[in-house]
Amino acid sequence: MKWQMPKKLLGLAAVGLVAGAGYLALPQKTEAQGATIKIAYVDPLSGPMAGIGDTGLKNFQYILEDINAKGGANGKKLEIVPFDNKLNAQETIVQVQKAIDQGIRIITQGNGTSFAIAISEFVTKYNERNPGKEVVYLNYAAVDPILTNDKCSYWHFRWDANTEQKMAAITTFLQGRKDVKKMYLINQDYAFGHGVRDLALKFLKEKRPDIEVVGNEVHPLAKVSDFAPYIAKIKASGADSVITGNWGNDISLLIKAAADAGLQVNFFTFYAGGTGGPTAVKQANLSNRVFAVGEGFANIPHKASQDFEKGLRDKYKVSLFYPRGVNQMRMLAAAINQAKSDDPKKFAAVLHGMKFEVFNGGQGEMRASDHQFMQPMYMASFGPIKADQPFDEEGTGWGWTIAGKVDTKDTNVSTTCKMNKPS
Amino acid sequence: MMNLIKSLGIWIAAAILIVILPYVFPSGASITTMCLMGIMIIFALSYNMLLGQSGMLSFGHAVYYGLAAFVTAHTINWAIKSGVPLPLPLIPVAGAVTGLIFGIIFGSVSTKRAGTAFAMISLGLAELVYSSSLILRSFFGGEEGISADRTKLIRFFGYNFGPQIQVYYLIAAWCLLCVILMYAITRTPLGRMCNAVRENPERVEFVGYNPQLVRYIAFSLAGLFAGVAGSLAAINIELAQASFVGAAQSGAVLLAAYIGGVAFFVGPVLGAILVTYLSLTLSDFSEIWVLYFGILFVVIIMFAPYGLSGLLMMHAQFWRGPLGSRLARFGRLFGAYLVAAVPALIMLGGAILFIEMIHHVAQKGAEGANMHFLRRNYITINTHSVLPWIGGIVAMIGGFFAFRLSWPTVANAWHKALLDAQRSGA
Amino acid sequence: MAELIIISTLNGVLYGMLLFLMASGLTLIFSMMGVLNFAHASFYMLGAFLGFQISQWAGFIPALFLAPLIAGGIGALVERYGLRTVHKNGHVAELLFTFGLAFIIEEVIQMIWGKLSVDYRVPTWLDFPAFTIYATNYPAYKTFMLVFSIAIFIGLIYLLTRTRAGLIIQASLTHPNMVGMLGHNVPRVFMLVFGLGTALAAIAGVIAGAAYVTQSNMAALLGPILFVVVVVGGLGSLWGAFVASLLIGLLQTFAIASDWSLNKFFGDFITPTRGTLLFDVWTVTIAQIGPILPYLLLVLVLIFRPTGLFGTRET
Repeated sequence: MKWQMPKKLLGLAAVGLVAGAGYLALPQKTEAQGATIKIAYVDPLSGPMAGIGDTGLKNFQYILEDINAKGGANGKKLEIVPFDNKLNAQETIVQVQKAIDQGIRIITQGNGTSFAIAISEFVTKYNERNPGKEVVYLNYAAVDPILTNDKCSYWHFRWDANTEQKMAAITTFLQGRKDVKKMYLINQDYAFGHGVRDLALKFLKEKRPDIEVVGNEVHPLAKVSDFAPYIAKIKASGADSVITGNWGNDISLLIKAAADAGLQVNFFTFYAGGTGGPTAVKQANLSNRVFAVGEGFANIPHKASQDFEKGLRDKYKVSLFYPRGVNQMRMLAAAINQAKSDDPKKFAAVLHGMKFEVFNGGQGEMRASDHQFMQPMYMASFGPIKADQPFDEEGTGWGWTIAGKVDTKDTNVSTTCKMNKPS
Repeated sequence: MMNLIKSLGIWIAAAILIVILPYVFPSGASITTMCLMGIMIIFALSYNMLLGQSGMLSFGHAVYYGLAAFVTAHTINWAIKSGVPLPLPLIPVAGAVTGLIFGIIFGSVSTKRAGTAFAMISLGLAELVYSSSLILRSFFGGEEGISADRTKLIRFFGYNFGPQIQVYYLIAAWCLLCVILMYAITRTPLGRMCNAVRENPERVEFVGYNPQLVRYIAFSLAGLFAGVAGSLAAINIELAQASFVGAAQSGAVLLAAYIGGVAFFVGPVLGAILVTYLSLTLSDFSEIWVLYFGILFVVIIMFAPYGLSGLLMMHAQFWRGPLGSRLARFGRLFGAYLVAAVPALIMLGGAILFIEMIHHVAQKGAEGANMHFLRRNYITINTHSVLPWIGGIVAMIGGFFAFRLSWPTVANAWHKALLDAQRSGA
Repeated sequence: MAELIIISTLNGVLYGMLLFLMASGLTLIFSMMGVLNFAHASFYMLGAFLGFQISQWAGFIPALFLAPLIAGGIGALVERYGLRTVHKNGHVAELLFTFGLAFIIEEVIQMIWGKLSVDYRVPTWLDFPAFTIYATNYPAYKTFMLVFSIAIFIGLIYLLTRTRAGLIIQASLTHPNMVGMLGHNVPRVFMLVFGLGTALAAIAGVIAGAAYVTQSNMAALLGPILFVVVVVGGLGSLWGAFVASLLIGLLQTFAIASDWSLNKFFGDFITPTRGTLLFDVWTVTIAQIGPILPYLLLVLVLIFRPTGLFGTRET
């Protein structure tokens, strides 16, 4: 039996080989390995925040397909290469290092200010220590003002409006809403939430000193499963409006709990438009009581951007969460074209101070003093879509309606950045 | 004398290996990977002082690692600011002291108990420390953490530790030192008492030792070495962050130690290398790498409870007799392994194909039928066609049965090798 | 103030009862097999997702019964083909097995339902305010959750103390050999208990998933709290788990409702400067540390009363 067994085995193995592995070899499709400009996308692709990272990746894939269809940059195609940072600072640095080792010299990342700071500092140090091999970091969503103030870097460019600009936009909008009299602040207990809270207090004092702040609360980040106790406090305070920087489940749960308790107040939010937010607002049936601030919304009547939105939704079944991502990539392509080079050192010099027509129409500028993109901002409210509004969100039948536009000059906050421009 | 040379030889060989590794793997990514491996080796070995040597299952070992990382970052910043001439290679001492101090503090409450109670206390303490890291901002720096620039310290013989390779040698040197020290501890009476406490605490008490005290000392020392690891981690990425004390970090070291095998000193070293490598590279192949990782872990627990080192050590018994017969014995054994490996690999490939296709259809269905298998752009699979599904299932099930069929061959070869070894060893 | 107290009590009791639904299964499994099931919260999550899926196809009521049945079946299979194999390698191996299982369940759920939250809603016939206290609505669904959990609690006590099956289970807990000698199949009892325990967790998932958010990170959020409940209550004690669940539910809810900090009481005497460690400690409010209070309780209980509040044996 000793040597018969292996024979039988080999027979079986061969069958398996042919059936399983054989197929793998069949429909091979080798893609033209032409010259591409690779961009490393370093964001969470596994773990609790993976959904957000995945949505962003799809957004960028479509954005680049669009750019490539129009000729790419400097005759080359742009390609996004995903790297999973596992929501961990150490891992983020390692993945950036890996990307650089693969010859990638453009990094983009957005989720988590702490990782953004880590990347910005890493890239800055790397460029100092490795002249001639510079790397740039394009930030599409990490909004802590510190990145364009005390910790600013020539190699970091931010397309998202920072917390300070967003709060300036919200409070400018509030100047036209005299019905808001008592404000409650509820935020997550970490750097970003604290920033929102402090800036809300500062700007309300400047722009609407008559508003009484009746409550100011921070709660643990991403740990609260039932917001009912917080809602009870809001209710007890007599507030008519709430400002919150909550994102992810913390905004969905907050709104759900408010609806359950029958709390009818306005919510001025940063991220009610994030994944799960629209569903929660619809479930809560808070029609046009929830507001979000952003640089673009699907229903803005602007033909080119609506066509783009439609294309994305048809292909990837996600909404355009990052209109700023479009600005970012289009400006990158334009800068590479203008510099006639995909060497970061050359095109960074073009991006520095570059002016650009933004996605939803209007002028934007990459401010030279701190590499913060300046752009018009919008406040939108969420409710049943009207006949002339083509887009709803998350299949709810509700969509965003523009409630107000805030011009660039009103979000033109000052900076303390002292940029070290390389010679 | 002969023994001394022999045992010294191993460490000298290790030192030489450490020196030449960067020449064998010179790319930036491999240097970075090896740095992380070195840190993980210290961390996993320190963890094994608890689990493997003394029988304490901790879910919060990252507390000592993380706190040391923060103290390290603060120490570097303080030295730069105050101009104290403290070279970088000495900084891990601060981490070691931090680890030891917190080991002494938290150990005093947790080592009074053993077993599940100890595990639960470690879990509770870990959650406490992690949650306070978000509250005590002045020390932990909030969610941004504390960053430090290692190059601004006073130079060490002209090295400023800017390039990663210099940091590699720093980590490697500390790693070797810690490994030698930890190995030495296992050879001391204390190390032996730890094993005794793990096996039978009552009997330890009968012979006049206090098992609580033995656990306490082991725990504090484990804190010390975890502190060195955390300190090196902070030096490596020039940042200490709340996730350093988090549950994921504690979980990672547990996985590394267990996968490597806690029964042998070398186990956690193997585990640290493998786990670091897998967690860095698997995510390049699949979005659901954590699933494969979890399955690997469960399979090891179910079928190889002594981990990788256990599997290797099972072969030590065949290393007897004249060299020629040793080699011949291993040759035959590996021949049998090869016979089993073919169907095993087919089974694995089929299972991975099947899982990846389910994932694609469920999560990426909107992007169309075509899937790049394991993120390789040159393998495209049409998930809407029946063929790959059948292929995957046939390979998986066929491979499984073929693997089972091959098992007697392996068992047979094993027995023969054992008999052969016993004959020549006698 | 009275308003806040009443609302907080209601919310606290509700949260506590949900915790109890899960903790009861965990404590049963623990006391029987000595395994702290790390994957227990994963079965809660599995229950929520199955409940979502079945209620999409067949409605909420079938989901309420089918989802726990399926999850319990999976639990029983895990015990039969997984845990039992590992058992011979000792408790640490068993515990680590469930640790790995938690990873796998989470990943499989992500693979099937994705990483985002699913749209799992309260059934429309329960979606109305049940009553109003001080102008705050209390939703009917939460009332339903409360009543349902209490009913399960009573049912469980009845099952364990008044039925033959319950007596066998209790006997297997303390005297497995004796029960075996009396002709009962002890391994099968273990398997059934594991299935029952996971089914209880799944029930909690089905009803909590609709009220909160059903997402693949819900297990990780709740898992550690469960251990606190069973350990603080005393291992193997259902009453202990019950009391500890309520205690922790109320503790967390009331902590949120209070703004107390050291600064509020002693701020007049000592005012630390911003940016120092003392300032952080001084200004942190009870509401902020609410989520860590259970762990503090856990550590204190284990140090000072190792048997837990109601337990009879050491952990």
